[in-house]
Amino acid sequence: MSAAWTQNLLYLALLLGLAFPLGNFMAKVLEGEQTFLSPVLGPLERGLYRLMGIKEDEDMGWKAYAWSITLIKLLGLVAVFVLMKTQAALPLNPEHQGNVATDLSFNTAVSFITNTNWQAYGGESTLSYLTQMLGLTVQNFISAATGIAVLVALIRGITRRSATGLGNAWVDLVRSTLYILLPLSFVFALFLVSQGLIQNFSAYVHTAGGQVLAMGPAASQIAIKMLGTNGGGFFGVNGAHPFENSSPLSNFVQTLSILAISAGLCITFGRMVKDRRQGWALLATMTLIFVGALAVCTQAEAQGNPALTRLGADQVASAVPGLEQPGGNMEGKELRFGPGPSALWATATTAASNGSVNAMHDSFTPLGGLIPMWLMQLGEVVFGGVGSGLYGMLMFALVAVFIAGLMVGRTPEYLGKKVEAFEMKMASIAILLPCAAVLIGTALSVLVANAAASVSNPGPHGFSQILYAWSSASNNNGSAFGGLSVNTPFYNYGLAVAMLLGRFGVFWPVLALAGSLVKKKHTPEGLGTLPTHTPLFIGVLMGVVLLVGALTFIPALALGPVAEHLTLRNLQ
Amino acid sequence: MNLQLRPALVSFVALSVITGLAYPFVITGLSRLVFPRQAGGSLIVKEGQVIGSEWIGQSFTSSKDFWGRPSATVDANGKPLPYNAANSGGSNLAPSNPDLHKAVTERIAALRAADPDTTGPVPVDLVTASGSGLDPHISPAAAAFQVHRVAKARGLDEAKVRDLVTAHIESPQLGVLGEARVNVVKLNLALAALPPQ
Repeated sequence: MSAAWTQNLLYLALLLGLAFPLGNFMAKVLEGEQTFLSPVLGPLERGLYRLMGIKEDEDMGWKAYAWSITLIKLLGLVAVFVLMKTQAALPLNPEHQGNVATDLSFNTAVSFITNTNWQAYGGESTLSYLTQMLGLTVQNFISAATGIAVLVALIRGITRRSATGLGNAWVDLVRSTLYILLPLSFVFALFLVSQGLIQNFSAYVHTAGGQVLAMGPAASQIAIKMLGTNGGGFFGVNGAHPFENSSPLSNFVQTLSILAISAGLCITFGRMVKDRRQGWALLATMTLIFVGALAVCTQAEAQGNPALTRLGADQVASAVPGLEQPGGNMEGKELRFGPGPSALWATATTAASNGSVNAMHDSFTPLGGLIPMWLMQLGEVVFGGVGSGLYGMLMFALVAVFIAGLMVGRTPEYLGKKVEAFEMKMASIAILLPCAAVLIGTALSVLVANAAASVSNPGPHGFSQILYAWSSASNNNGSAFGGLSVNTPFYNYGLAVAMLLGRFGVFWPVLALAGSLVKKKHTPEGLGTLPTHTPLFIGVLMGVVLLVGALTFIPALALGPVAEHLTLRNLQ
Repeated sequence: MNLQLRPALVSFVALSVITGLAYPFVITGLSRLVFPRQAGGSLIVKEGQVIGSEWIGQSFTSSKDFWGRPSATVDANGKPLPYNAANSGGSNLAPSNPDLHKAVTERIAALRAADPDTTGPVPVDLVTASGSGLDPHISPAAAAFQVHRVAKARGLDEAKVRDLVTAHIESPQLGVLGEARVNVVKLNLALAALPPQ
């Protein structure tokens, strides 16, 4: 077995192993039960509620819930924007970074409140430490917590019967942040520092040889950047930067942290709907699609670039002592990781809405780069973003039971709730809106002359760069084919609109759907009910996810990565 | 709906203070206590002067030194400045881009010209730009490829240089994670410290 697959299997084993304890813990937190953290954080939590003037058991209807989430995001938008526009006059700016341009500030603010974390900015060359902490780190927490909150509201919509309330958005937000995200980040950040990530407030270090080393409080931001599936880097090259991702162990644990909470939430789901098999079925569906994607990406990157073999570069991996080399497609990759862990990261970061990178996706082989692009286009429901991945997958589950219901001519139901016209409308909007944003945005960019001029690679790959950018923004991923010059008003504003659609255009219909489900009575299981925990259902669900993704995007993918793949093979 | 303004404002401010100020400051304080070296950037200090970081590669061009990965970083004006640790970046060249093929051809030619005696295959990591442009490592094969040239330029015994390289090979972490690698910054420092023959 190759070294890459040893690491891949170890990864899968640990990911699934961690999902269970983490999922159970999160269920306890979200249901308001006592945990080992309650004695420490309980007083803080209750103090916050008093300051906010709310009661823990105050229920909200779906509109109030959605409005609350929207409101805190808008506050975040304003805060990040103002910080970026005024950072020159604010403290914690030893490098005297200037105020940021309006279009870039707006794009970055939108990108962080929507959990996209698209990097049109260059981290160490643009932002002050205060902006990184008080602007970006805060949004890393809040945008992830809102994802969990919306998911929990949807789960309550499924489990509560003939009710109206979906829970309290503020309580869900505070609990997710205080009990889940903050403690995990705390431990994780210290671990990362032990591996060589930096954490300081020093000015940049000038070496005797004239090299300037960027500094800053990186580890604390990177911990939540990974755990909260945010992905916005402290540095320009994100997780490829040795100060952002130092040792192979740091890399492995960071890759694990991308999917850990999202995988765990499947278990949380099973516990909260009081049928653990339902959670396992969703987790199994995600894992199966993930493994398939990972296999293609790993293989493509290990094979290397046929054009370079022709030029005389040796791309064959070697394990001969003293002559070891990773081989494979090494352009844009870090030696300490090599092609295997780079492919694993690329697959995980786009399966989730993370979007961090530890290698330059733009330089991936055509098929290796197709996988991340396609995973985003599926709507990031394979594990997906924290909370958002699972609520996205639940939309697909509703479509799956609906299609199965049509086949046998019965009103479809999911977990005892009838799925009717309104639910299908909302699920369709949530699934199709990001797809439409990807294709329309790509088409516009190709038509507008100066947008098309932003591409840095000739031929089909140039089209891939544009398609990747819109896939990433519309699905709130944030990774990029980095050669595309996106720091222009067209892309800064255009992609910001796509990011807003991809977040608000999804969670509003999801909550509306939850508000409709919560009112319904429980329909007892009958002979005609399709069980939603069986291998059969896993197959149907996979089929629906893959079909929607394939039907929508195969034409566009054929023009980009597929065409490039065929061209590159013919070069030989 | 107006009812939600107070909790929104309060929770936003409170969570900002907790996660945006308290959390990074506490982590910084603890890091300085427990891992001061790492938190400060794992700096290499020689005779009271900072000469680099063990995690950040440097641009080595002398034939007496081992060379690292090609670096695609640029300065503030977009001009090439390899290993610019204040502006990290990769080439973002597509595998099909003729510019990549040209760059690799030139790099292979330069390696061959610098050392006509070594005729073995050129390890790919030596002719492809790293992701960060700051990669401190090369593969053991890429180091072995340069042993003859470095030994000759320094007038050292080839076996001695080879032993030094072998001593600098770091295995995959915990036996399975990542790649075997050689830190070029550390290797060149050790090389400079070798007594002349």
